[in-house]
Amino acid sequence: MEPSHSPELMEHFSRPRNVGSLDRRSRRVGTGTATVADCGDVMRLQIEVDGRGRISRAKFKTFGCSAAIAAGSVTTEWLRGRNVQEAETFSADYVTERLSLPPDKQHSSRLAEDAVRQAVGDWKSRRCPCRHPAS
Amino acid sequence: MTPKLPIYLDYNATTPVDKRVLEAILPFFCEDFGNPTSHGHAFGWKAEAAVEVARQQVADLIGATPQEIVWTSGATESNNLAIKGACEMYRDRGRHVITCRTEHRAVLEVCAVMEQAGWQVTYLPVDETGWVEAEQVEAAITGQTVLISIMAANNETGVLSPMVEIGQVAKKHGVLLHTDATQAAGKIPLDVEAMGADLLSLSAHKLYGPKGCGCLYVRRRGPRVRLAAQVHGGGHERGLRSGTLNVPGIVGLGAAAEVARGDMPADAERLGALRDRLDTGIRAQLSDVHTNGHATRRLSNTLNLSFAYVEGEALKMKLSSLAVSSGSACRSESREPSHVLKAMGVSDALANAAIRFSLGRPTTEEDVDFAIEATVRAVRELRAISPLYELAREGIDPKRLE
Repeated sequence: MEPSHSPELMEHFSRPRNVGSLDRRSRRVGTGTATVADCGDVMRLQIEVDGRGRISRAKFKTFGCSAAIAAGSVTTEWLRGRNVQEAETFSADYVTERLSLPPDKQHSSRLAEDAVRQAVGDWKSRRCPCRHPAS
Repeated sequence: MTPKLPIYLDYNATTPVDKRVLEAILPFFCEDFGNPTSHGHAFGWKAEAAVEVARQQVADLIGATPQEIVWTSGATESNNLAIKGACEMYRDRGRHVITCRTEHRAVLEVCAVMEQAGWQVTYLPVDETGWVEAEQVEAAITGQTVLISIMAANNETGVLSPMVEIGQVAKKHGVLLHTDATQAAGKIPLDVEAMGADLLSLSAHKLYGPKGCGCLYVRRRGPRVRLAAQVHGGGHERGLRSGTLNVPGIVGLGAAAEVARGDMPADAERLGALRDRLDTGIRAQLSDVHTNGHATRRLSNTLNLSFAYVEGEALKMKLSSLAVSSGSACRSESREPSHVLKAMGVSDALANAAIRFSLGRPTTEEDVDFAIEATVRAVRELRAISPLYELAREGIDPKRLE
């Protein structure tokens, strides 16, 4: 184990939670794809929201370093069971603290925050009746 | 039986000291500890005799004469002495050096120092296999060219250079030729006459000798090459490299050279077969695997592979049961891919996901089979998490995301 990797990071890197995909065409699913321009990391994060605005499922896939993979795991764990309004307040600091990321790894936390914001935005846009008339 | 982990497959980085070499070295620590320059007593004579035996052993490995071997602290120092020493000595001939983009930092950074000192340096490009042509070298020669420095074999990819042809070009134009043979020594036959090399660097710890010892071959006849010393104080090594000789290291380098000369043909063949087993074993189970470096014109122990759709640091972490070299560590906001792979035109993403497997004398078939399994498992796990792999499976070019 490299010195900069906390046990929590190693746990979520070795056994990432909530890996996978949801049906991105579903109106109940919001998809966010965030990238770090400089290093090429990509995180796709998806939320499935039930009728009461509660996140019933959250899934992710990451192309990136161990911290970026662990970030997707702890972020989706955090999201599950929360309201969308809460999800909008999700901060990179949560990931940074939970995984004890050193400053040079914090682009992974920002990647997760960015992916959450995009996923929530995508879910909202799908609910807008002007773009997605109710069938 | 589970092998001892991690499995060492990084022999291009360094090698363990061969037991035969260690045995040769040991007496020179506590018993025969004399200083070879103590000409007045038996301790000095014994040490001097041992150093001269080693000089012959190393000379024999590269087809040189013992008087042409200058002891140094390693290949980095040898490269410094060769390039700075030749440039300084022959500055009246011109101010131009030719080298290659895929050289080791110990050559490139010395060349950068020469540039700062007002010299012009040509960094030759390589093709996508890492190959540099002798014609490119010849085309770069000007009336100002003093020195050509081209490595015999690349440390990252194992790709060889056409040294014989480059030597002919150098000779034809009366330009000195230095070769960094750190990786080649002990792995392929080297002959300074056949290569037309005027200067050659090598290091003990890459050929099962101890760390901290190397040498520079300096041609004495046709032409007699002179160098400006870079380390002064005592006039050791005919004034070329002052400093009390590292007798145990030198004895070790000599013994390592002799062992290598005997074992080389069998080692090269055995390691080549194991390297191919590793290569085909991985490819049989994984798609989108790219070989970095020429398929045949390379060292038989080296395999540099890139795995598409996975990230280098994560791959390295998943491969913690293997001691291998990877593209680069993920640090801060950017990754610096290997300058060697970059020069070959490998994309940043693939350069980052490169793994260098380098096999060595102790490597067994079990080691290789374990490495195949570990690599396949790691890449599969990461691809299962990778959104880029998913997109690629769906027929979407992930580059659109970048």
